[in-house]
Amino acid sequence: MTELLKTPLHAMHLAAGARMEPFVGFDMPLRYPEGSVAEHNQARNRAALFDVSHMGQLRLMGPGADEALETLVTGDICGLGDGAMRYTLFTLENGGILDDLIVSRVSGGLGLVVNAGRRNQDTEHLRRHLGGRVDIVPEPDRALLALQGPAAAAVLPDFADLPFMAWREGEACGVPARVSRSGYTGEDGFELSVAGADAEALAGRLLAHEAVAWAGLDSRNSLRLEAGLCLYGRDLDEDTTPLEAGLGWTLPKRRREERGFPGAARILDTPPARRRVGVRPEGRVIAREGSDLLDGSGEPVGWVASGGFSPVLGGPVAMGFLPVALTAPGTEIAFDIRGKPRPGSVVRLPFVPHNYFRG
Amino acid sequence: MAVKTYYTREHEWVRIEDGAAICGITDYAQTQLGDVVYVELPEVGAEIARDGEAAVVESTKAASDVYAPVTGTILAVNDRLEESPDLVNESAEDQGWFFRMQIDDEGELDELMDEEGYQAFIEELD
Repeated sequence: MTELLKTPLHAMHLAAGARMEPFVGFDMPLRYPEGSVAEHNQARNRAALFDVSHMGQLRLMGPGADEALETLVTGDICGLGDGAMRYTLFTLENGGILDDLIVSRVSGGLGLVVNAGRRNQDTEHLRRHLGGRVDIVPEPDRALLALQGPAAAAVLPDFADLPFMAWREGEACGVPARVSRSGYTGEDGFELSVAGADAEALAGRLLAHEAVAWAGLDSRNSLRLEAGLCLYGRDLDEDTTPLEAGLGWTLPKRRREERGFPGAARILDTPPARRRVGVRPEGRVIAREGSDLLDGSGEPVGWVASGGFSPVLGGPVAMGFLPVALTAPGTEIAFDIRGKPRPGSVVRLPFVPHNYFRG
Repeated sequence: MAVKTYYTREHEWVRIEDGAAICGITDYAQTQLGDVVYVELPEVGAEIARDGEAAVVESTKAASDVYAPVTGTILAVNDRLEESPDLVNESAEDQGWFFRMQIDDEGELDELMDEEGYQAFIEELD
């Protein structure tokens, strides 16, 4: 077994009493002593601090970076203004998704944040297709922290004016940081990219604020699920197209017209047969990833991609894939849970309204 | 008569009261699981063989099977867990009990650990 990687905050997690778990090659905090539900509520009500340094940070540098990246992703990169950032998708020739990522306009190029578990595939993909056109610069020595929750802006008042999906460089608690108004919880908040050597100082100063407490990967998952946000490997994969995933909004008009990204014809010319929807079982039984979704006659017609417990709703929530004819909110479906059909229905996403700062 | 509690290697406890076995998961088990958000209990009247699947306990993270520590018939289940699964976290070895079962063969209890044996067992796991 290869040794697990450690983020620059690993020792702090251990000191905080975190329960650690291997996650995509890293030894990561699953939860802290307060427990996952308390951490979840911390993010919804105050501010939770997540170590997401396992995520891949890299830069594409050079004058042709925008046009080059547009040959691989669905989004409008050329139109990305100063200090702006965008959620987009690497697509494949079959129309599937290689990864979802955040792209930021940086001086002289672009900054990318990709999933930890896809970092190697993404980097190889970029090298193969863009190697001669742009400089691909991984930034393995940087840490990434996410401060999420309604109190986040009061913790970082110098950045309280940043609108959702904007970023700038500055000092956060005295540490040089790239601070963005973004996150993966549906809450207002920030992500802070800092030099690995500065990560402990920043985390310590943020945690000194009475509104801030650690949160781990387990609550990060329940938060993003309540917010209806996709997790690569569950809701997105190489066999799911952007339209099937309900991410048509990542394809702006110009890109739909000009195309020029992998799988464009496949994605745009084939009406999707299935689509990602929110689904809820009745009662408290939890529907987890892999459970079959059944139609009115008990036939398996889809599956749960992400499922779990929503602390805010006090019950189960899930996202799954269903034939388009069964995706209208209110459609009655059933879940096959441990061999027993359990009634439920299609519901609108997100489960919990987003609380982003629009400026 | 002193109440005797037995323990399994699957982290269940069994307390013998009035000739029946009250069963649940141990405090050690609940700390390992994290926040419990759902418990699926057996039907009253179900006959379950030792080590057979008797219940499912779901944490925020995953579902885990709970096995019958002895062979017998389910006499009662803890209905309070339906609305308050967090009782398993707060009071794993008392209020958070799962089910009560009639014991077919008391001899099976001899194969379980006593409290001291279980403490030594979990110390080795940590």
